[in-house]
Amino acid sequence: MIRFTIRRILWLVVVLIGLCAITFYLSRIVPGDPASLYLGPRAKPEQVEFLRSQMGLDKPLYTQFFYYMRDLVHGDLGESLRTHRPVLTGILDHLPASLELMFCAIMIAILVGIPLGAISAKKENTITDHLSRVFSVANVSLPTFWLAMIAQIVFFKWLGLLPVGGRIDTVVGLVNPIEKITGFYVLDSLITGNWMALKSSVSHLILPSFTLATYSTGLITRMTRSTMLEVLREDYITTARSIGVAEKEIVLVQGLRNALGPTLTTAGLCFAFMLTGTFFIELIFFWPGLGTYTTTAIFSNDYPVIMGVTILMALFYVLVNLLVDLLIAVVDPRIRLG
Amino acid sequence: MDNQQNKRKGSSRSRDLLRGMNLIFKNPLTTFGLAIILVLMLTALFAPYLAPFPEQGKGQSNLGERLLPPSTRHPMGTDNLGRDILSRIIFGSRISLQVSVCVIVLVVMLGAPLGLIAGYFGGKVDEFIMRLADMVLAFPSYLLAIAIIASLGPSLLNALIAVSVPWWPWYTRLMRSQVLSIKELQFVESARAIGVSQGRIMFRHILPNCLSPIIVQATLDMGYVILAVASLGFLGLGTQPPTADWGVMVSDGREFFMTQWWISTFSGGAIFLTVMAFNLVGDGIREALDPKIRWRFQKN
Repeated sequence: MIRFTIRRILWLVVVLIGLCAITFYLSRIVPGDPASLYLGPRAKPEQVEFLRSQMGLDKPLYTQFFYYMRDLVHGDLGESLRTHRPVLTGILDHLPASLELMFCAIMIAILVGIPLGAISAKKENTITDHLSRVFSVANVSLPTFWLAMIAQIVFFKWLGLLPVGGRIDTVVGLVNPIEKITGFYVLDSLITGNWMALKSSVSHLILPSFTLATYSTGLITRMTRSTMLEVLREDYITTARSIGVAEKEIVLVQGLRNALGPTLTTAGLCFAFMLTGTFFIELIFFWPGLGTYTTTAIFSNDYPVIMGVTILMALFYVLVNLLVDLLIAVVDPRIRLG
Repeated sequence: MDNQQNKRKGSSRSRDLLRGMNLIFKNPLTTFGLAIILVLMLTALFAPYLAPFPEQGKGQSNLGERLLPPSTRHPMGTDNLGRDILSRIIFGSRISLQVSVCVIVLVVMLGAPLGLIAGYFGGKVDEFIMRLADMVLAFPSYLLAIAIIASLGPSLLNALIAVSVPWWPWYTRLMRSQVLSIKELQFVESARAIGVSQGRIMFRHILPNCLSPIIVQATLDMGYVILAVASLGFLGLGTQPPTADWGVMVSDGREFFMTQWWISTFSGGAIFLTVMAFNLVGDGIREALDPKIRWRFQKN
């Protein structure tokens, strides 16, 4: 197990260096000169030239890459060309909002997907099963950006039940400001007993997290159904039935527990996918998270931000993958020995 | 004798095919998906004849009829430049289908030969190609696509490239595993023994035998590609105006959505229906090919 872990972690380092190289190369073929972007439209040519040499842009590409990697190891992702603030601070400021949304969404996906998939497998080829399959295919096929807009018009304009976007009502946020502890509004307002803010932030969270959850809900339902079907055909289930174990216990205890492994793997991967899924949701619900930060950067050619976000997201993605692989290896000895 | 055997083999193969088709059509959902795809293809093919306002479908604006709600003249209303939404959606089907077919072809052309080379030569070449594939797969695909467009500039061609680059490793993996199982078979060995050149063995003897899983996978991927391209269009990173594109239409309608709901609603609905149709058919094919599931179907 230790050898397997070490091998995987070494491989991770190689992947990350390659990742940085690709991102770095991509960021350098961006049209436009970073130095003149940084200084704005009214800069003098000699100022631009000076900054170019300060930023090391006159050096060959591999030297620049070396500098970037050196700073990266020290936790320095450079400075935003637009706001002139460190990229890392920008990311850390925007990350909690995205994570709060993602946690809610994955919880919804798991709580809906697993029971639905299990019921669907238990009642294979009945109306319930067909309906749940249509539901899961529909969830996987929905363009989230479109669903988000429909949700806005239905729940905000027609029914008037939920807010159209943002993390908290502006007035509530001003009257009852949330003390920043974790950066998660719901958690922070709960800890400090700020009930007005809690109510407002929860109601703002509902629409974005449900729309973000659609794809994962579909995938998890489908995965649970197919693994459950396989498990329910295993010999030990037949044995359990023949010695008279109650059907409820067979499905819930024997079946679902054994089907849970692959399902949780899927859930882990869904969580990693959500990092880019939030881009669309945040754009439509005016959610001040990492997605908003990145989209703004893309449209203003703010390459240090694009690079920083790409590298950190890839790191997160690779780490989730590693974690999932290690978990599977713990459960299944065939993989770690192979 | 030989001939007879061939004939028997041929008939059993066509029987297999028939049985497969039966399985596909037995599932009403798959049939429904196929029907939608067929309608979509015909729509794309005959767009200029079907669209009530073909010039507007191509992009001509008509400012006298801006933002009209659905009516008998404009069944889906008009957009902010007075263009008939129905015509735009009909013309948009062309872009959607063309782009996704292009992406699939590009991905297969990129991924499959690499897999063929990796699987056939093995050793260091194999190691290099597969590690490269792993590295690309380590990126979140949307993010890589967005990063590529951010550096190349937004256009339809760049969107094609951006969607294809994160996708090819899947086909490399699939192709490689196929080649590995086929290259040990006797007919390859005998071809090598009588001195057939390496290139000829790869392309004439191995490649044709690896193609069917690739084609199946390509069909399964169609829905995802359409969704990915539409999403890039929505972000303004894909098709550029005035060409009709469903994703771009949804994003155009966003500005007016609270009062003029029809622009985004219908175009987004077109994306949803199309992606769903491809996914339903994909599910049907997967079930027809999976012997475990097939057995369950026949039992019922």
